[in-house]
Amino acid sequence: MSDTQGVSAATGVAGRVIERGHMIRIREAGLTGMIALRGDLASPAMAEAVRAVTGAPVPAPLRVESGAEGRAVWMSPDELLLITAIGRAPEALAAAEAALSGQHAMALDLSDARVVFRLSGATVPEVLAKGSPVDLREAAFPVSTARRTHLGGIAVGIWRLEAEEWEVVCFRSLAHHLADWLAQASASGSEVGHF
Amino acid sequence: MLILTCPNCGADCAETELAPGGEAHLKRFGPGSSDDEFTGYLFERKNPRGVHFERWRHAYGCGKWFHAARCTVTMEVFGTYSAQVSEPPADILDSIRARRPGWEV
Ligand SMILES: [Zn+2]
Repeated sequence: MSDTQGVSAATGVAGRVIERGHMIRIREAGLTGMIALRGDLASPAMAEAVRAVTGAPVPAPLRVESGAEGRAVWMSPDELLLITAIGRAPEALAAAEAALSGQHAMALDLSDARVVFRLSGATVPEVLAKGSPVDLREAAFPVSTARRTHLGGIAVGIWRLEAEEWEVVCFRSLAHHLADWLAQASASGSEVGHF
Repeated sequence: MLILTCPNCGADCAETELAPGGEAHLKRFGPGSSDDEFTGYLFERKNPRGVHFERWRHAYGCGKWFHAARCTVTMEVFGTYSAQVSEPPADILDSIRARRPGWEV
């Protein structure tokens, strides 16, 4: 795991918490297990792979499902992102590969590819709407919604786990930029009051 | 601002989340075609002032291609539909004719 830790530290934001003086709490989640699955999302084998890694069912389009061991995020009509503890990633990948054996499918450990930011607070939509075109009103983005879009000029995934708990992921090489952008967009006193 | 609903995932996409793919339903002319046919396929476009059929890709999202029918003058969107067809489906043509009486393909 030493390689992985080196990669995480290289972002310069590993474990960074932005809180005091900001309208929301932002925490870089640190090393996180992330497994990409591609294949037929309607197949029983895919359902078994998702269950084995996360304990969750296969999410519907634009949804995130949570299970005992992690989360499953809908990424495209043939792609899911599974999120679990970093220590489980190797065994989770093996379980996914076993479930998908013989299928036209792919399972990859992409834990190093992206970073996860956890955003907490009532005004998260207020912050994200400053840099993303997505409709973040409660009616359009209820709990368990997942969207890929752009935020602060870069590609991100955004999902809402609870009313005031969100996750944003971006490519690792852009983590420092996104952390800085989130910090600036959430500075106390910069509320727009749209929502 | 142009907003298109991606038929692959159902998301309402802002133009900035999409990559444009140009005019839709072109007939490809390749090896064995005449020079005029090949030139037309490569370079000649309808570029209409009005109803237009286009290809778009949900680049900052599900990554998939789709088709859109819209008006290049008013930006009105008549509908979006699957990329896996070679001509606009009937329901899209109906919605265009409802809004543009007398319009012909
Ligand atoms: Zn889409």
